[in-house]
Amino acid sequence: MSIKNSHRSKIIYTFLAWTISSLIFFPILWTLITSFKTEAEAISASPSLFMFDWTLENYEEVLARSPYFNHFWNSIVISLGSSILGLLIAIPAAWSMAFVQTKRTKHLLMWMLSTKMLPPVGVLIPIYLLFRDFGLLDTKVGLVIVMTLINLPIMVWMLYTYFREIPSEVLEASRMDGANIAEEIWYVLLPIALPGIASTLLLTVILAWNEAFWTLILTAADAAPLTAFIASYSSPEGLFYAKLSAASMMAIVPILILGWFSQKQLVRGLSFGAVK
Amino acid sequence: MATSNSRTLARLMLFPSVVLLLAWMLVPLCMTLYFSFLDYNLLTPGNNAFIGFLNYEFFLTDPAFFASFFNTILLVGGVLLITLGGGIGLAILLDQAIWGRNYVRIMVLAPFFVMPTVSALVWKNMLMNPVNGLFAHFATWLGMSPIDFFAQIPLLSIIIIVSWQWLPFAALILLTSIQSLDREQLDAADLDGAGPFSKFYYIVLPHLSRAITAVILIETIFLLSIFAEILVTTSGGPGYESTNITYLIYTQSLLQFDVGGGSAGGIVAVIIANIVAIFLMRLIGKNLED
Repeated sequence: MSIKNSHRSKIIYTFLAWTISSLIFFPILWTLITSFKTEAEAISASPSLFMFDWTLENYEEVLARSPYFNHFWNSIVISLGSSILGLLIAIPAAWSMAFVQTKRTKHLLMWMLSTKMLPPVGVLIPIYLLFRDFGLLDTKVGLVIVMTLINLPIMVWMLYTYFREIPSEVLEASRMDGANIAEEIWYVLLPIALPGIASTLLLTVILAWNEAFWTLILTAADAAPLTAFIASYSSPEGLFYAKLSAASMMAIVPILILGWFSQKQLVRGLSFGAVK
Repeated sequence: MATSNSRTLARLMLFPSVVLLLAWMLVPLCMTLYFSFLDYNLLTPGNNAFIGFLNYEFFLTDPAFFASFFNTILLVGGVLLITLGGGIGLAILLDQAIWGRNYVRIMVLAPFFVMPTVSALVWKNMLMNPVNGLFAHFATWLGMSPIDFFAQIPLLSIIIIVSWQWLPFAALILLTSIQSLDREQLDAADLDGAGPFSKFYYIVLPHLSRAITAVILIETIFLLSIFAEILVTTSGGPGYESTNITYLIYTQSLLQFDVGGGSAGGIVAVIIANIVAIFLMRLIGKNLED
């Protein structure tokens, strides 16, 4: 292949890739732009990409209309709380499966994954009634419990695939030096596995942040995270595109930034170690 | 080297995860099973008579069940088809030498991080709205009459939205997998005079099979219980045209307060998911765990 030829194909591929990825990204970009428009401009039949009077009034109105920071705080507590709690439960389990393998380990892993396939509606009514009876409806504690449980299988799996790559000799050496299991996990395993643990945490935070079945059903106002805050915009009240856009951006920007920073680690975690 | 001591300890450390997951699975599931045999409506308390399989009879003979069953299949199948097809295409494209690949990756990946309620509302109002949406403006500009997406093609509209959300995931996993492909194989194929199609079919596709399996598995888990996208766009309508099983059971149990009927539906959903799960577990058992 001549150099000129390969240069031309690079131009073509670059053009194609930029066109397609811009189309994929467009809805988000459009939401961002609309969030700075006035409501009248937002529905204009000849919409403009940049030539309009930029305004921040939508953000002000969203903040005035609803307790955004409450919802934001709820999202943080629920996603971070459930992920940390989940890690505390999943790390010992993954350690045990990765380093003390038995015949049943694989079946156990498969079984854990299979609990993820249980459709939430199958347990919707009992969970709803139990939550009602225990006073957990519309509480952060309740949602942290549910999120921990639905993400636990993913956490165990991810951690397991990371731990399995650590040579067990490293751990055995520390045991020879007289470390007990707690010391072994804390001083030897955790530092080596920190990148894996961090990406597990990231992925489950993202999943919990965006979870929109239990968060919509089990909350009303007090504990409602951002998913529910946005859903309250589904019944239109007059002109609302610009305000909807502002509210949407406020709900997705934190996790969008977090996700962009961690994209490389996410791939491996998301594919349960099938792709590295 | 596992001593009996560390074995006991290993069991102890597994214990919390296993017990919690077991409880999370079994307790509510047994309750659902129990409720499904009762005439239990939250609006008529105190009258929870045992009625055998009547709830199941009603649920399974309800035309809404068939509609939502096929909608569920169409939704999962449609999204899988679009995201896998598009994902493979994107992965191959992004694997080429291009300028600014990192920026392209960031843009392609973005929809995955958008919460379902936001993406559904943005698509519903700002893009697909038949009067003020961007697609409608575009159609008018071209001199065509705008499509009323959620009235004319409700299920397809939801498939489009959900595909937009999951395409980045598929593309990213497949891209990562394609990047680990041995270039020498492709060069050798070039020397042997293989065309682009046979290179794709005999070298790239087999190499991607693990990644494709992972994508199918994970997407199916999430797609079987699509909920928010339907709730904020069509509410399952018009009629039952965009109701999937998850949404049907939600309306029965929490909107019509029919706990018995909803529970029977829940058990049916669990059985369907199990059939799918057995199939998928075979697939990963073969493909993922070697």
